[in-house]
Amino acid sequence: MAVMRKASLATRINQKLASKSFWRGVTAVIGFFGLWQVSSMGALPFMSAIPTPVEVAQAFWKLLFEPKYWAGWRDSGQRVFFGFAAAQILGIPLGLGTGWKRNFNHLTFPVFELLRPIPPLAWVPVSILFWPTNELSIAFITFIGAFFTIVVNVLGGVGSIKKELVYSAISFGASPSQVFWRVVLPATIPSIATGMMVGIGITWNVVIAAEMIAGNTGLGRLTWEAYLAGYTPGIIVGMISIGLAGYVSSGLVKWVSELLMPWKRIF
Amino acid sequence: MNANNSAPVCRAADGALSVRDVTKIYDPEGVHVVALEHCSLEIAAGEFVAVVGPSGCGKSTLLNIMAGFDYVTHGEILLDGAPLATPDTRPRPGSDRVVVFQQGALFPWKTVLENVTYGPVVQKQLDQSAAETKAREMLARVGLSNIEKSYPGQLSSGMQRRVEIIRALINDPKVLLLDEPFRAMDTVTKSASHEYLLELYNATGKTIFFITHDLEEAIFLADKVAVMTTRPGHIKLAISVDLPRPRNYRMLASQEFLRLKSQLVEAVHEEAVKAFQAGEREMA
Repeated sequence: MAVMRKASLATRINQKLASKSFWRGVTAVIGFFGLWQVSSMGALPFMSAIPTPVEVAQAFWKLLFEPKYWAGWRDSGQRVFFGFAAAQILGIPLGLGTGWKRNFNHLTFPVFELLRPIPPLAWVPVSILFWPTNELSIAFITFIGAFFTIVVNVLGGVGSIKKELVYSAISFGASPSQVFWRVVLPATIPSIATGMMVGIGITWNVVIAAEMIAGNTGLGRLTWEAYLAGYTPGIIVGMISIGLAGYVSSGLVKWVSELLMPWKRIF
Repeated sequence: MNANNSAPVCRAADGALSVRDVTKIYDPEGVHVVALEHCSLEIAAGEFVAVVGPSGCGKSTLLNIMAGFDYVTHGEILLDGAPLATPDTRPRPGSDRVVVFQQGALFPWKTVLENVTYGPVVQKQLDQSAAETKAREMLARVGLSNIEKSYPGQLSSGMQRRVEIIRALINDPKVLLLDEPFRAMDTVTKSASHEYLLELYNATGKTIFFITHDLEEAIFLADKVAVMTTRPGHIKLAISVDLPRPRNYRMLASQEFLRLKSQLVEAVHEEAVKAFQAGEREMA
């Protein structure tokens, strides 16, 4: 079995330091912050409303000691987690069923296609009216964001299963339920993974917007409050935090999907 | 691998296929495509039959019907005298007729060993550990032990096809149905795959139904080469190949081989021209 040989940490660091692309990257990042600093200090008039990186860093440092900031991470994270998880739990079976069972498809697909083009944020008013708490309505909107994506991906995955795989399972004596569980499901895992990757990005988009409209807490709300208070470094800190949160969640999703697909991990 | 040193040929007792006046019409109410018409072919137990013919002539349709993936519209196919496909019976796939596909159909999410044990385990013929023992034994016999933990995606197409043939043979089928299994291969891999298949054929004596475009491949491998007409397909003629077994690559230059080839080229060319002209008419 081919296993990728992992070089020791020291060798890898040395290789990094020796590579030109690494230093070009470093130059680019330093250049970006340098330009930002200079231009918002007055070099470019239209940048004067934007705080300098130094101010942002100071604001960030201060926020790190405020419980409200961490509560924002927790609340947004929870909304994303529950909305995303519910979307997978309901969306994956729905996609598999709609893709594999013709009758089920005829029953569900028309309604699904009717609802799918409605953007998640258009669900905000009705969701506030329908759900008893704000918390539930935000989680629901988040759910909507990931749900249609996962269903469409699973549906596409089922549709593109090589018919030879199904044929050979049948010819080896697999029953219809064995074909479903042991061929259709594993063959769809790569599409499920893609759906999850796209879906997690959308849930963060949606949760932030929903918090700005309907929330009292969360990273989106913190950013919006900073804007209302005219505290510009706070806005930028909020943006950076949202970016970090999205990055960490994508990493987690990627890690989970690699666990699900050992046959793809080797490459 | 050397085909010259193979075990003596032992013929299997069963696996005789009889295709009797088979007609297959797709979508009879609507588009009405006649894929096969009055198609008849006798395959003896343990015989290696290759079918050649222009693209779209219905070769794969016939194979799919034999495999139990599709209905016949008229006529019947018998396996060892028992009806296998008739217009009135539901198509019934079974592990007595295993298919090896052109594109390959190993499960990408299973290792080689898991792929090979799939059939016996899913049929509950063997439990997992017994199936693994048998699979290891069969892989070892053909020199594939070192890849049992690999995933199909890590193997070359030649290697994948070898595993796939073993995956079929572990079910001890009566008939092996091969649908252009070596089509996408380069010449070198292809000829190695030929020797490999012949070696297994000599050792097991299974009936083999082999579809191909490649006339040389058909003659080199088969006891009988059947030429199918352009659509609607039927067997136009069947030529016996009297080259001795075990076969080896030197026979590719023998007088007998060349004589058979020119005979087949004539027959196939005629059909290819017809198919080509039919295609032109469809385009117009």
